[in-house]
Amino acid sequence: MNAVDLPLNNNPDWDSGTAELGHLLKPGELDLSHKVILYLEDITVSFDGFRALNKLSLAIDAGELRCIIGPNGAGKTTMMDVITGKTRPDEGSVFFGQTIDLTRLSEPEIAHIGIGRKFQKPTIFENHTVFENLELAMKTDKRVWRSLFAQLDSAAGDRIAETLQLIRLDAQADRLAGLLSHGQKQWLEIGMLLMQEPKLLLLDEPVAGMTDEETERTGELFLSLAGKHSLVVVEHDMAFVKQLGSKVTVLHEGSVLAEGTLEEVQSDARVIEVYLGR
Amino acid sequence: MRPSSARTPLIVRIGQSFDARSWQMAGLFAAFALLAVPIMHLVLPPAHPLHLSTYFITLIGKILCYAIVAVAMDLIWGYGGILSLGHGLFFALGGYAFGMYLMRQIGRDGSYQSDLPDFMVFLDWKELPWFWLGSDSFVWVALLVLVVPALIAFVFGYFAFRSRIKGVYFSIITQALTYAAMLLFFRNETGFGGNNGFTDFKRILGYSITAPETRVVLFGLSALALLGTLLLARTLVTSKYGRILTAIRDAESRVMFIGYNPLWYKLFVWTLSAVLCAVAGALYVPQVGIINPSEMSVANSIEIAIWVAVGGRGTLIGPVIGAFIVNLAKSWFTVSFPEYWLFFLGTLFIVATLYLPQGVVGLCRKLGVKRDRHPLAPAAKGIQA
Repeated sequence: MNAVDLPLNNNPDWDSGTAELGHLLKPGELDLSHKVILYLEDITVSFDGFRALNKLSLAIDAGELRCIIGPNGAGKTTMMDVITGKTRPDEGSVFFGQTIDLTRLSEPEIAHIGIGRKFQKPTIFENHTVFENLELAMKTDKRVWRSLFAQLDSAAGDRIAETLQLIRLDAQADRLAGLLSHGQKQWLEIGMLLMQEPKLLLLDEPVAGMTDEETERTGELFLSLAGKHSLVVVEHDMAFVKQLGSKVTVLHEGSVLAEGTLEEVQSDARVIEVYLGR
Repeated sequence: MRPSSARTPLIVRIGQSFDARSWQMAGLFAAFALLAVPIMHLVLPPAHPLHLSTYFITLIGKILCYAIVAVAMDLIWGYGGILSLGHGLFFALGGYAFGMYLMRQIGRDGSYQSDLPDFMVFLDWKELPWFWLGSDSFVWVALLVLVVPALIAFVFGYFAFRSRIKGVYFSIITQALTYAAMLLFFRNETGFGGNNGFTDFKRILGYSITAPETRVVLFGLSALALLGTLLLARTLVTSKYGRILTAIRDAESRVMFIGYNPLWYKLFVWTLSAVLCAVAGALYVPQVGIINPSEMSVANSIEIAIWVAVGGRGTLIGPVIGAFIVNLAKSWFTVSFPEYWLFFLGTLFIVATLYLPQGVVGLCRKLGVKRDRHPLAPAAKGIQA
């Protein structure tokens, strides 16, 4: 990360909004001076000639809650893979804030700078207790040497207890995570994400397999998180998207088809065509 | 490990990693190895019914070394999910490194009465190769035992784990590694005695290597090394590091996305495991009196995995039990029915894989000797306490 990566700020005229004269760019530090936390620009990803993402451009504001919908194969999961460093784009750039080029970082590095990801299938440590799952996810120095001698202090214990309450698993703290119900596993994974104290949360179908009541509680949780965190929610459940009431982006064949409120995109003729088939 | 206001000193944490029963067992074991065995071997006359023969001391001493290797294997396989089928390499390297010292201790008592080891005289070499320099120093060689396998494991592991080579592919590459090393050591020009390896040792630190007292000391050291290995391993797997290691085994991508780099976590346990094997190899060679390239054969390394599978993966004590069961059976079979040994070994492995996923330890737990709540979650034990 050096000045070469920052073409956006080479032109002083470009600087507007909250950035003031003398605003310093610190490479590697999250710079939200333009209120945008995540930029994807002209991302293209091909797998054996199949274009999973086709010149996809997207911007998420700091503190925003955004829903991403789209039919199967629209490129939603691939987009998450690109943001979290699992897949490298063939073309295009991904910036976290103004200064951090995500295409140059590894998965653990991206996790460190504040991007948390929930997988489509709940991915937790089944042979560890609920408490330990949260302990491992907690934001801390994650190098080997630290882990060898790490001990939980009371502040960390309090944080885990808080999160346990938030995800309503305090009674299950010492149970093996593998014994939880599907919905509880989803909540545990969300709790692990929160322990990381991420600035941006990527949630891939977070309410899949949840009961209606759990889905509603999850919606409330996400709404309470928006503002402090930025959230990108990929979802199929339209009732859930409606509950969140946020801006919706429709992906189709690897690029953005429509963007707006749920009502707006639902009345968009192209979206209807994509969803109802031609 | 629930949070506490004060930090627990490391030495206390190491002590706490064994529960009371484990400490009792460890104490009994140490008393047997360090008190009972010397008395039964040195003091009691051979005619006495409790006298321990040289055969017994050597056999058990050898198996104690194997047990260290089994625990080292359990750390990477049982806890880290990394199956190495080339761990015999590190064992042999430790053995060879220490063997160099033993060769130099022969002095001029070899067949050719030369300062050089016999095989070098036989090859008509006039001076020691550069890598033999300092091999007459016990301290230098002890350092080599630790550093050389560590370095090889580190470099190999770095490239393998960085390339995210996993599962069966990793196992196959480790096989290839040990096989390549075996071919290298078979060559006379390599400078390690070719296919004969090192043997005919006379002394260790000036003491006769065949003296009963020396054997008893080596036996005691092996027992202590095994206890130390178990204590270290238990401390490691009950630490936060150990919990992350098992997390990598179970869901590596989740570990990466919460910000741990699995590369360094795997590399640490892999290198540590290699060093433990090397120490075992260094203790093994003076007791059996020979080291040759066949120790690096693929079959030897596979046998290590069988000890662990039979005893019970991810239990630490299981692999010790497995090493004893398989090797005691082997020493009996190879005397009584040598042609059936490999069939027995294969059957044992198939039975263990199919019916005893948790090995002998898992079987004992199933039969009611319940100690852990969940056999695959040894890390959880500390939490409950």
